[in-house]
Amino acid sequence: MKFWRVPLDADEIHVSKGIVYILEDRCKGCGYCIEFCPQQVLEFSSNFNKKGYHLPSVKKPDDCLNCHYCEIVCPEFAIYSVEVTGEGSGARNQEPEKHNETSDKYR
Amino acid sequence: MRPGHPPDHPLDDLLRTDRIPSIWCPGCGIGTVFSACLRAIKQSKIDPKKIVMVSGIGCSGRASGYVKLDSFHTTHGRAIPFATGLKLARPDLTVIVFSGDGDLFAIGGNHFIHAARRNVDITVICVNNFNYGMTGGQVAPTTPNMAKTATTVYGNPETPFNLPLLAYASGATYVARWTMLHSRDITESINESLTKTGFSFIEVLVPCPTNYGRRNKEKPLDTLKKYQEKTIIKNAADLTQLDIDHEKGIVLGKFVDIDRPALGESYEKICRSDNME
Amino acid sequence: MKPAINTGEYFITGDVACAEGALAAGCRFFGGYPITPATEIAEHLSVRLPKVGGTFIQMEDEIAAMASVLGASWGGVKSMTATSGPGFSLMMENIGLGICTETPCVVVNVQRVGPSTGLPTQGAQGDMMQARWGSHGHYEIIVLAPSSPQEIFYQTIRAFNLSERYRLPVLIMTDEMVGHMSEKVIIPDPKKIKIISRCRPKGRKNRFKLYEPGPNLVAPMPAAGEGYNIHVTGLTHDTRGYPVINVETQKQMMDRLIGKIRKNLKDIIQTESYRLDDAEIAVVSYGISARTSFAAVDEARKRGIKAGLLRLITIWPFPEDKIMELANRVKGFVTVEINLGQIHQEVQRCIGGKAPAFLVGDAGGSAIPPDRVLEVLKEAF
Repeated sequence: MKFWRVPLDADEIHVSKGIVYILEDRCKGCGYCIEFCPQQVLEFSSNFNKKGYHLPSVKKPDDCLNCHYCEIVCPEFAIYSVEVTGEGSGARNQEPEKHNETSDKYR
Repeated sequence: MRPGHPPDHPLDDLLRTDRIPSIWCPGCGIGTVFSACLRAIKQSKIDPKKIVMVSGIGCSGRASGYVKLDSFHTTHGRAIPFATGLKLARPDLTVIVFSGDGDLFAIGGNHFIHAARRNVDITVICVNNFNYGMTGGQVAPTTPNMAKTATTVYGNPETPFNLPLLAYASGATYVARWTMLHSRDITESINESLTKTGFSFIEVLVPCPTNYGRRNKEKPLDTLKKYQEKTIIKNAADLTQLDIDHEKGIVLGKFVDIDRPALGESYEKICRSDNME
Repeated sequence: MKPAINTGEYFITGDVACAEGALAAGCRFFGGYPITPATEIAEHLSVRLPKVGGTFIQMEDEIAAMASVLGASWGGVKSMTATSGPGFSLMMENIGLGICTETPCVVVNVQRVGPSTGLPTQGAQGDMMQARWGSHGHYEIIVLAPSSPQEIFYQTIRAFNLSERYRLPVLIMTDEMVGHMSEKVIIPDPKKIKIISRCRPKGRKNRFKLYEPGPNLVAPMPAAGEGYNIHVTGLTHDTRGYPVINVETQKQMMDRLIGKIRKNLKDIIQTESYRLDDAEIAVVSYGISARTSFAAVDEARKRGIKAGLLRLITIWPFPEDKIMELANRVKGFVTVEINLGQIHQEVQRCIGGKAPAFLVGDAGGSAIPPDRVLEVLKEAF
C-alpha cells in the first residue's frame, strides 16, 4: 500500500489480503460486486456462464483486502473472499461444482 | 472442506445447495437480504436446529425454500399467524418470518398489527421492493405516489405506508430499516432481533429490476446509487418523519428497541399460574 | 396442572362435550375466533387449556385462527379450531394448505343457517357439500357428523385419531341444535380412551423424506425443531417436500393425497344401522336429523311400515358401498337433512336409479319434526 504519510503504527497494523472465489454457475451477472468493491478489484469478464450471464473476473488480485463486501452484497451466493494467510495472492474463477450441474433439474 | 478443492461458500451449510441458483431475477435484492439473514443466524450462535423460517407468497416468500432449516412456505399473507401458532406451541423455537411488502402489509396487514400488539416473540423481515414482484409488478401498499406499476399505468393515486411507524404504533419492540447495501447493518439488526424477546420488525429496501425498476425507468444500479447517496442513518429518529421520499432522501437506522412482556411470558404468568382462578 | 380428563357423569352441551373430547384426545392448542353457535367451545377451552399445559389464543379472524392451528401442529402439538358457516368459509384456503401439507388438525363447524350471516342462533345442515369441496382444487377429506353431546365427545376423539393417523385436517360437522342441547355425557376413565398420535420418523435425519409414504400410505411426521430440516410448502411438491413445478409431480402428489384416504375407506367410514335388516324403506340421515329419523322410523314401524335408518357418522368419504348395497334390496330411500338436498344428491348418485329416493329437506332454522318424515314414509310408499 502507498501512503502519503507513513502512520506511526505502520509496522504493527496487518493489512489483510484476500483471494476472491467466484462460483460461475450461480452468478447472474448483476454486477453489484464489480460496482461496489472498494478497491475496484473486479471487472466484467468477456466469458459467460452456462446461462449466458457475464461473470465478474478479478482484475487486480493483489488489491483485494478481504473486506468481504462482494460476498455480502451478492444476491446469489456466487462470490466470496477468503483471507490469505502467509504468502500467496491471486484469485481464480471457481470450477463449476458438481452439485451445481444437477441444480438445473430442480428449476 | 475437500482437499484439493477451493473452500465452500461460507453460507453453504445453511443453504439447500441443490436448489441454487434461485428463482430470483438478476439484480434482485432479496438474495442479499436472505444472505444477511443467514449470516445473522450464524452470528447469533443459536442452535440452528431450533431456528425456523416461515414465509408467505411472493418472491421474498421463496426464501424459505432455500434455507437448510425447518421452513414453512404458507398461504399469502398468513405467515405471521402460522408463526404465532408455531411459537406458542413451541416457545423453545426461534421463529423468523421472511416475507415481502405486499404479503405482510396488504393481505397480511391485519395479522401484522395484531402480532405486534401481542408482542409475539418473532422476528419479521420485510423485503420491500415497492410492488408485487412475483405476479408482474402490481401496486402495493408501499408503492410511492405517482409511481408506475402494472395496475397503476397512469401513476399511483395512493400514498404508501410508513412501515416503521405502523410497526411501532402496533406495538413492535424492535424496529429498524436498512437497504440491501447496508448488509452488515441488516445482519446486526437481525442478530439483535433473534436474541431479543419480543416482536421485531426489520424493513429492507431493495431494487426490483424486472418490474418496479423497469416500469419506473430505474436501472438497478441507479436504485443502488440512490440507496448509497440519498440515505441517511438516524438511529432513534422521529418515527412520524420516516415516510420514504425517493427524491429528498430516505432515513435508515434502528428506530425502536424497547422491552415489554412478550405474549408467551404474559400467557404463562396470567393464564397458566395457579394464582389466577 | 389439572387433569385433562375429568372422569364422571355430566349434564353438558354439545359444545362443551366437544371441548372435553378434544382435551381427552390430547389437544393442547386451540386457535379460534368467537362465532355463534361455536363460541362455547372456545370459551370452555380458554378456561381449561392453560391449566392442562396447553395454549388457547383468540386470533384476529378465522383465517388467522386456521393458520395458527397449522403452525401449532407443525410444532408437534395436537391442535384444533371451532367455527360456524361464515368462519368456515374464511378458513377454506388454509384448510387447503393443511390438506396439501398433510397437517393433522381438527376443525369443528357448528352449523347455522346460511347463506351469509343467515340466522346466527339457529341450526341447519347446509355446509355439507362445502365441507367436501370448500377449498379449491381436488382433494379428499374426512368429515364426521355426530348426533348427540355424548357422541360429540367420542367423535372428537376419533377426529383427532383420524387426523393423526392420516395426516390431514378432519372436519366435525355438527349443528347448533346438537351444539347447544344439554344431555347426559359420561366421560370415561382415561384408560378406556384410545388415543392415536402421528407416526414418528425413524432412521437418519439427513436421509429423511418428508412425504415418502409409509406402509399405511401415510408419511411419518417430524416436528419443527428436531433437526430434520423439513421444508413444508403449499406449492406442488415431491416426496422431499421441495416444490417441483411440473405435471408429473402434481400427479404423484395427488396420488399420495387421494390414495391414503381412498385405500383406507374401511377404517374411515362409520355408519349406524337401525332396524335395517328387514327394512323396505331406508331412511338416510345424520346429525340432529338422525334424531328425528329414529323417532320417525319407530312410528312408521308401529304403523306397519318397514322402515329402517342408515345413520351416517362419517359423511365424507361418502359411504357409497352401504347405499349401493341397500339399493339392491330396499324399495325406496328417504333422505332427511336440514338443507335442500346436499347429501340427498349423493344418495341418489349411489342408488343409480335402482330405487326411488325422496328428500325431506328444510330451508333451515329448526329441527325437522318426525311427523314430516312419517308423512313422506306413509305417502310415498
